[in-house]
Amino acid sequence: MKKTKKVLMIGNEAIAEGALQAGCRFYSGYPITPQNELPAYMAKHMPEAGGIFIQAESELSAINMVFGAAAAGAMAMTSSSSPGISLKQEGISYIAGAELPAVIVNVMRGGPGLGNIWPAQSDYFQATRSGGHGDYHLIVLAPASVQESYDIMFTAFNLADKYRIPVMILADGMLGQMMEPVIARSQKPGVKKLPAKPWTLTGCKGRNPNIVKSFYMALGDLEKFNLALQKEYKVIRQEEQRWESFFLDDAEVVLVAYGTMARIVKTAVNKLRANAKKVGLIRPITLWPFPEAVFKRLAASGRRLKFLVIEMSYGQMLEDVKLASGCKLPVEFLGRSGGGIPAETEIIRKINSLLK
Amino acid sequence: MKKIHGHPRSLRQVSTHYCPGCGHGIAHRLIAEVVDELGIRERVIGIAPVGCAVIAYDYWDFDCSEAAHGRALAVATAIKRVRPENIVFTYQGDGDLAAIGTNETIHAANRGENLTVVFINNAIYGMTGGQMAPTTLLGQKTATTPEGRDKSQGWPLKISEMLALLSGVKYIERTSLHSPGDIINTKRAIKQAFQNQIDGVGFSLVEVLSPCPTYWGLSPLDALKWVKDAMSKEFPIGRIK
Repeated sequence: MKKTKKVLMIGNEAIAEGALQAGCRFYSGYPITPQNELPAYMAKHMPEAGGIFIQAESELSAINMVFGAAAAGAMAMTSSSSPGISLKQEGISYIAGAELPAVIVNVMRGGPGLGNIWPAQSDYFQATRSGGHGDYHLIVLAPASVQESYDIMFTAFNLADKYRIPVMILADGMLGQMMEPVIARSQKPGVKKLPAKPWTLTGCKGRNPNIVKSFYMALGDLEKFNLALQKEYKVIRQEEQRWESFFLDDAEVVLVAYGTMARIVKTAVNKLRANAKKVGLIRPITLWPFPEAVFKRLAASGRRLKFLVIEMSYGQMLEDVKLASGCKLPVEFLGRSGGGIPAETEIIRKINSLLK
Repeated sequence: MKKIHGHPRSLRQVSTHYCPGCGHGIAHRLIAEVVDELGIRERVIGIAPVGCAVIAYDYWDFDCSEAAHGRALAVATAIKRVRPENIVFTYQGDGDLAAIGTNETIHAANRGENLTVVFINNAIYGMTGGQMAPTTLLGQKTATTPEGRDKSQGWPLKISEMLALLSGVKYIERTSLHSPGDIINTKRAIKQAFQNQIDGVGFSLVEVLSPCPTYWGLSPLDALKWVKDAMSKEFPIGRIK
């Protein structure tokens, strides 16, 4: 029988512990609120796991250390919050361009600029539209509970290694700071057999030299490389869409929310269902690839239903819902940002107005 | 017959893209010779910069990584920490190491990372067309200092002397490529910087004064003379730490 233990953790700690259990053995980061418990956890527990923790001198340095660690074959990770993630975009683009596996955690806070330290979801565009320069994508995962924050790290590292792609965990300050019980795994059921890494830098003993680079100077080479990336993105789009859905069979209003927002929306949906209101919920777990399949299915069903997108932003995922449903169904929106979070009462009021 | 000299194993037998009279080709070869002589070709990992030497990995015949402009020592730090048994070095120009990458340079040095740095100082940005570098001399004309650098654009940055103040730094020497004797001396210093890493001594850096005839607007021979007569006055050759 597998031993399991239940422990109380905040989201930031659960992400760190999940990463360690998933095999992460290199972490570098720079302090920024509201994710500071994550590097602190790594500083304490990474050495126990035999890995490397470095407090870098900047976000730029931290992400480029992740580049180096990944090039050397380590399962590598960094974390930050919105302004720090902006600084990391240079390195993330290079990691994508050099096809290195890495995990980047964004515990989002309010923006733009220094913004504030309250939870927000306003970095959705940056995360899902290749925040740095060039035609590339990250796989973006959005957990909605502390338990899922722990579990999703296995998925993150598996996908990073499987596709040699940077994976972003898009959390927020609420999730990072919230304490919930976590069932920690004493074994590693989530770690699949990962591909070998013959491309890593180990010294060229017994083989031709390996070069890790994103530079393709000769005419046509970069286009060829970009086409190869696009081909891989197509596979990821087909294979890796993840979502959770509730009450879609008869819903007249289908709410769409991710992360912390989905938690609040789910409570509202359950309350309305108790009053026999026909509401449902789609919670995207992968934000890229966006779970288009479920939206396409509903759009093609011929049913008369409305989507209501709810975000801690002024409408970013909203665009993906419109695109995924082919603008065939009405898409309504409710959102607040900069520290404001749509409350359960606001959500119920909005849904009731749509059900009329 | 005994073979006493040949093409280094660690240097591919290809033509480089460097201009006539450029110092990079010489510096590449010195590193290749040192790697061969120390017998570390199969465990060395080089970090190529952004700048004229961006495709240095097309010339060296061992494992290499690129790094974003200025980030070579962050990349190198992680590679060395993950693989301490490997010999990791960065090859960086003055813009890379002493302008956009100053922060990465100072902090890798301050952590005392057991790394080897070959720092090519040619007082100019070559790749982008001859703009002012942090090491450009006062009065030196560049694309962005058409009347010559004046003090309002800063003094030539003596990053090696600055780094020498740090406890984590174990060895710094400034050498030059302007004469055969100086080239031999440069090779000795580079070898020392690699030997230090092998021996676990710690952060070691060789600053190499290197000619850029194209963007100095000089003939290759005059460029060598300028290294000797002008550059080495501002950047004195010798052991700094």
